[in-house]
Amino acid sequence: MANNKMIKLWIDNKEVEVPEGTTILSAAQKADIHIPTLCYHPDLEPSANCGVCVVEIEGQPVPKRSCCTPVWEGMKVTSNSVKLRHLRKTLVEMVLSNHDVVCPTCNQNNKCELQDLAYLLGVDDSRLPKILEKKPIDDAGFSIVRDPNKCISCGRCITVCQQVQTVNALTINGRGFDGTVTTPFDKGMSESPCVNCGQCVVYCPVGALREKSNTEEVWDALLDDDKYVVVQEAPAIRATLGEEFGMDPEKVTVGKMYAALRKLGFDRVFDTNFSADLTIMEEGTELITRLKEGGKLPLITSCSPGWIKFMETYFPGIAENVSTCKSPQQMFGALVKTYFAEKEDLDPAKIVSVSIMPCTAKKFEANRPEMKDSGYQDVDYVLTTREFVKMIKEAGIDFKNLPEEKADDLMGAYTGAGTIFGATGGVMEAAVRTAYYVLTGREMDNLNVEAVRGMKGVKEASLTIPTKDLGEVSLNVAVAHGLGNARKLMEKVVSGEKEYHFIEVMACPGGCVGGGGQPFGSSLADRARRGMSLYKEDSDLPLRCSHQNPAVNKAYESYLGEPNSEKAHKLLHTYYFQRSTANGQTQKEVTHKH
Amino acid sequence: MKFYRSHILIGIDDSSLQSGVKEIENSLRQELDKNNLSDEVNILETGTLGYFGTGVSITVYPDQITYVNITKEDIPEIVSEHFLKGRPVRRLMLDKEFTSKYDFGYKRRIVLENSGLIDPENIEEYIGTGGYEGWEKALTEMKPNQIVEEVKQSGLRGRGGAGFPTGLKWSFTAPLEVEQKYVVVNADEGEPGTFKDRLIMEGDPHKLLEGVMIASRAVGASKAYIYIRGEYKLCIQRLQHAIKQAYDYGILGKNIFGSDFNLDIYLKIGAGAYVCGEETALIESMEGNRGNPRNKPPFPGVEGAWKAPTVVNNVETLANVPSIIKNGADWYAAFGVEGCTGSKVYTILGDVKHPGLCEVDMGTPLRTIIDGYGGGIKDGKEFKAALVGGAAGVFLPNKMLDVKMDFNSLQEYAAVLGSGAILVMNEDADMVDMLWSVIRFFRHESCGKCSPCANGNEILYRLITDIRNGKGKEEDLEHMIMLSETMKESSFCALGQSLLLPVKSAIENFREDFLARMK
Repeated sequence: MANNKMIKLWIDNKEVEVPEGTTILSAAQKADIHIPTLCYHPDLEPSANCGVCVVEIEGQPVPKRSCCTPVWEGMKVTSNSVKLRHLRKTLVEMVLSNHDVVCPTCNQNNKCELQDLAYLLGVDDSRLPKILEKKPIDDAGFSIVRDPNKCISCGRCITVCQQVQTVNALTINGRGFDGTVTTPFDKGMSESPCVNCGQCVVYCPVGALREKSNTEEVWDALLDDDKYVVVQEAPAIRATLGEEFGMDPEKVTVGKMYAALRKLGFDRVFDTNFSADLTIMEEGTELITRLKEGGKLPLITSCSPGWIKFMETYFPGIAENVSTCKSPQQMFGALVKTYFAEKEDLDPAKIVSVSIMPCTAKKFEANRPEMKDSGYQDVDYVLTTREFVKMIKEAGIDFKNLPEEKADDLMGAYTGAGTIFGATGGVMEAAVRTAYYVLTGREMDNLNVEAVRGMKGVKEASLTIPTKDLGEVSLNVAVAHGLGNARKLMEKVVSGEKEYHFIEVMACPGGCVGGGGQPFGSSLADRARRGMSLYKEDSDLPLRCSHQNPAVNKAYESYLGEPNSEKAHKLLHTYYFQRSTANGQTQKEVTHKH
Repeated sequence: MKFYRSHILIGIDDSSLQSGVKEIENSLRQELDKNNLSDEVNILETGTLGYFGTGVSITVYPDQITYVNITKEDIPEIVSEHFLKGRPVRRLMLDKEFTSKYDFGYKRRIVLENSGLIDPENIEEYIGTGGYEGWEKALTEMKPNQIVEEVKQSGLRGRGGAGFPTGLKWSFTAPLEVEQKYVVVNADEGEPGTFKDRLIMEGDPHKLLEGVMIASRAVGASKAYIYIRGEYKLCIQRLQHAIKQAYDYGILGKNIFGSDFNLDIYLKIGAGAYVCGEETALIESMEGNRGNPRNKPPFPGVEGAWKAPTVVNNVETLANVPSIIKNGADWYAAFGVEGCTGSKVYTILGDVKHPGLCEVDMGTPLRTIIDGYGGGIKDGKEFKAALVGGAAGVFLPNKMLDVKMDFNSLQEYAAVLGSGAILVMNEDADMVDMLWSVIRFFRHESCGKCSPCANGNEILYRLITDIRNGKGKEEDLEHMIMLSETMKESSFCALGQSLLLPVKSAIENFREDFLARMK
């Protein structure tokens, strides 16, 4: 509501005053009154499915859902009563009757919102008959597994897929009890427009959606003496691990992360932040070349594999605007089995390249057929944050008390520019730092580009750069995170309504810290906090610009030549396809290998 | 103008069409022609004559004799006996005593005053009986707020089931100053055993259109939609025809009757989902979305179709409006009972002698309707139960038969008027089977938006199926009532909230039937 009219109401005899249009649930939260919920998530529009949040309102014949009922003047609400408790228990009992209750083996065990609610309410699930009708599990893809037997039809995945991400890969098929959350034409995730962003997984309250796990394969490799297992970790991982092990969630845990990986048995512990810096060298050079030589603008980032598949599906016409750079994960993968193997005199066939990512789309990306420029699959296995946490716990590692360690040389060093890749706007900021240096011959006075930081859906900035040979250049940039925002921005770019030089897109709200591989239930507030901890690490680091990374410079000097060299192009750049909006399958190449 | 000594009214509705009424009408014409009676006996097509399961039926005036289940072979006999010799064909006659005993003379009919009497496809016949006088009055003599006030005064309450005062509903939308408002007719009649709206639209489509026009003027809507079941082919055809005629006569369109009021009426064809009878699901469906209900508030009267204020009214509700405006609120309020004025249209079905359509005053006792208009239980059997109000209604036992049929009186019996369907069951009926059928229906029609309804219906269905198959336990009955109470209190829309009435009334009033399956 546009007006600021305040409404006064009473919840459990406590007077509350909130703006008109506020829901009863929000008003109760403001008054510090807890109303149990199941399908509700604060980031998403309420689907009003489960009924658990019902409250009694004086004068109303039946209880009302507090998640979607706006307050009115003088309303008298009862948030809990014998009747409401009984009602909520029965509702949860009914949901359990249609739920595959296999908690000990469930991916979401101990993080399941249904499990918590059933336990806290003291639900007796033996009274009613079981109505679950087993359906096949959809696990044909590389990224996401759907288990319809655990689905409680809360609708969160559909809301996030349709409204937030505008991917439209999930919908309800059928009616009533036969209604199931599924993909268009019921074909399964791998034959849908799904871009593997995994936001559905993060928001699923019950484990009906999960990543396609690779922990078994990674354990097998780690326990195989013939294999040389190398690992990289994305920037966002260090911003998330602490909260999973009861540590200060506002601090990154880099040293403990390396130590845990060594304890798990990885032979070499490197860091994706290294290849993030490398990406800036390649992408920054590409931007400057396009600016100088009148190439296709705006240049759009290519780090986010969810965004890439989205672009291939819904905006194949702008593929030439998208940077040809591979993502940091794939640059890293291509170098491990070439550069690293050569320097260490290892047989690349025996190297197992593992990456730890906050992302489910990275699993799909690693398995793209074209990602084999080293002569092998460049990245063998991708683990999500959740899988990594599980491995640490399985190994009984006391993460919190681990002594800090350092990453290994060659591909382990990084700068602050690499670390902020994990937050929305970070790639843009990192690129600006280096582009400024290359174009002006000196560092920026203030390295912080505040205009592109933060959780606003689309951020814009106009940066003035006093270049050496082009005079004063005004660089118009935009940053979008979340594919719904990306869609809006791209529509403006395609229509010509907006003109930019450089655009950063991240598929997930908040950027990689909000990725589909991050802990279940990650809210926008969690994501913002993780982003802040990355910016904090950046400001504490001695080196904050990618072009200052000694390991990156060494890689160019001793192996790649210079940014955008022929060898760099072969190993570090890629090309794109057009995909079907109906089933996501490739239709034709729209850009080509250089 | 020609004068005829006899008029034959031939009922053309969806069911008589299936019995080949057109072919029979043709042979009747030929037979009359052959006997040189074409100038003396006139054949008039009209809507339903009000009797169900009677195939092709005709009523002959002035004799007031109704012949039912007529076949092509009966035609020569009817013509030679009745029209040449003046001797009624007794074997085809509907019980004369029955037809004359109750008020079939249309004296106290409002909604159905023309049904079965005029040709629904001829606007002039409607106008000839005083049709569109209410519309003219509303548009030329009354201000919109006067129309709302008149309807408020009349005491008219919504006939879709909930009984919300119609004038009050209009008064929420009328004062809103926005560019676009809509009137939507809920003609998605989906309640099992209910087809009164179909017969109203088939028998007198202009009556509904006139009601729509007056409502649109009252609330300031320049567009009205009739959301109608796709299966109602004849209704759709007759409404389309009636709308075209109304445009041709300048009753619809731009600057109606020289005023500055414009109105267009459109038909929207539904696809048969029961939940689309729920007004917000109906609006979603009308907008081209999946027919799932919306949260209320905001109510459609404030934010409805395409976010514009939208008044959604049932067919029968709007069909009452022309007479209210034409004759005044006081005239209307003289029908029915205190707090529940006017008449109500019912469909009487099941084990009665004369299943059919009737319109009686609000407050008429159920016994009168069943014994009188339905002709009582057929085949000399005993009455056992009546399911009143459709599947979402209540199973009433014999001891409750004297309940007065109006919103308030029924409430005292925890029952509802609902859609106006009265399904009568004799002593042979088994309430387990009946309830099973009702639950199966709801299980099938639950949209799945909310889990209390989707899961609840499935669990109820499993429980009742077990009981039906002799595998039930007595505690299951308590669980069923507990579940349907939970659904009543927590389902998102009226669909899931509806199970409590049939489940509880069947189990409480006919417990012995359920226990018999557990022995």
